[in-house]
Amino acid sequence: MLKRLLVANRGEIAVRIIRAARDLGIGTVAVHSDADREALHVQLADEAVLIGPPAAKKSYLNVPALLEAARRTGCDSVHPGYGFLAENAEFADAVAAAGLVFVGPSGEAIRLMGDKVAARSAARAAGVPVVPGSAARVDGIEEARHILIDTGFPVMIKAAAGGGGRGIRIARNLSEFEAAFPQAAAEALAAFGDGGLYLEKVIGRARHIEVQVLGDGSDAIHCYERECSLQRRRQKLWEEAPSAALPETVREALCDSAVRLARTVGYAGAGTVEYLYDDATGQFHFIEMNTRIQVEHPVTEMITGIDLVAEMLRIAGGERLRLRQRDVAMKGHAIEVRLNAEDPARDFAPCPGTAGAIRVPGGPGVRFDSMLYPGCAVPPFYDSLLAKLIVHAETRAAALARLRRALAETRIEGLKTTRPLFLALVDDPAVQAGDVHTRWLEGWLEANAGRLQPETET
Amino acid sequence: MAQILSPLPGTFYRAPAPDKPPYKTDGDPVAVGDVIGLIEVMKSFHEVKSEAAGSNIRFVVGNEEPVMAGAVLAEME
Repeated sequence: MLKRLLVANRGEIAVRIIRAARDLGIGTVAVHSDADREALHVQLADEAVLIGPPAAKKSYLNVPALLEAARRTGCDSVHPGYGFLAENAEFADAVAAAGLVFVGPSGEAIRLMGDKVAARSAARAAGVPVVPGSAARVDGIEEARHILIDTGFPVMIKAAAGGGGRGIRIARNLSEFEAAFPQAAAEALAAFGDGGLYLEKVIGRARHIEVQVLGDGSDAIHCYERECSLQRRRQKLWEEAPSAALPETVREALCDSAVRLARTVGYAGAGTVEYLYDDATGQFHFIEMNTRIQVEHPVTEMITGIDLVAEMLRIAGGERLRLRQRDVAMKGHAIEVRLNAEDPARDFAPCPGTAGAIRVPGGPGVRFDSMLYPGCAVPPFYDSLLAKLIVHAETRAAALARLRRALAETRIEGLKTTRPLFLALVDDPAVQAGDVHTRWLEGWLEANAGRLQPETET
Repeated sequence: MAQILSPLPGTFYRAPAPDKPPYKTDGDPVAVGDVIGLIEVMKSFHEVKSEAAGSNIRFVVGNEEPVMAGAVLAEME
């Protein structure tokens, strides 16, 4: 078992990791920038170390400062959370080279899945269906012509080093493709230091469905799926478990395919295998594997009763998987919404500032994972996630009712948040029917901009 | 002497990308609407445009420095 953990992150996920570590009797060291001196994770950890100025590059992304903090405080392990250095293979290697345990997969596994072309090959090798497209990197327009015969238009030009919705261009015809391809290569080189590109067919109306896996390096299990189809600019805002759209046979095939991929690559820790699911054909296609704990992990925890962050810490401490597949059962339905410091009435403009009074929702089936406390600073330097409101109930309809109730209880004064968006969505007939796809929310936002009035309670 | 203020709190960038030249260099003239830098707020980027014309711009805030809303970014004549 790990003894002392450096939490190399901030915000709600740092708080989440500190809680899991403390439940297991593991000591915790928080790190923070100048802008986060009074942050909740700093208050809750056993100890806290200042690692640099506000800019993430000089603090939360500063590898030497993080390793020095771990050394100075006697840590034996580092949890990267999500974002920042969570999927940086060099960081995982540097942590290991410093004689510390990286709570996550090996640098090698991160590198494999971080190269989206290599990940597609690994998926195909494991018998996981991938989105039709190029089998390898595409070096030029001539080579691309053959692949375009398979994919047709529109087609996505994606950066091999991208992922998470970044480094993607869509071409609707050959002339657009010919213009976009060299631009995409130049952009990918500038953004990721790797100009490699690959092609994927655009699947018109698809759901985003992802499978949570846990592996110990030799064996792997799944903890069922999450559906995250409600997105804006490819960023998830609302997530559910399980997906109400999946027939039981498809669910089984989908989850089994994720386990096969995790086993094939000898995956250790918590990971997520992401798919597009086409309702019309009942087919699912691999998009990518994320080698970290994800923002939306709590919906899986609510339906399975498994503490995923605690399992990550146990596996990193050298334990084998405690759970066998038959031990994982799902119960009820869970929904998470992301309360971001953004104003939905002004095109989601970011709204950093200082929180006023806070009223946290509670009662049966309600969980609130947050970095908030009354008067806390919300600095402009980091992402806008303030809190995740998660509800769990026996059925999806009951979960929606509980979400409406919990949203009504929630008050976050002094800051604009995405709460009005969720209050409107929870009563929307399409959301209630689960009749959505990955581009549904953007269309809804265009049609319903007027309904998203700013909060008047501040 | 005119001042260009930051419209938002965040991180100030002098150039559109790390490998690109800065929008303006000390001593440059400035026209109304010229972009003089970017402010990054919660991972989104916003252009800072000059509302006045002037000459001989002098930056007061360095590249990648944190700024408050209303902070003086640059002065010009």
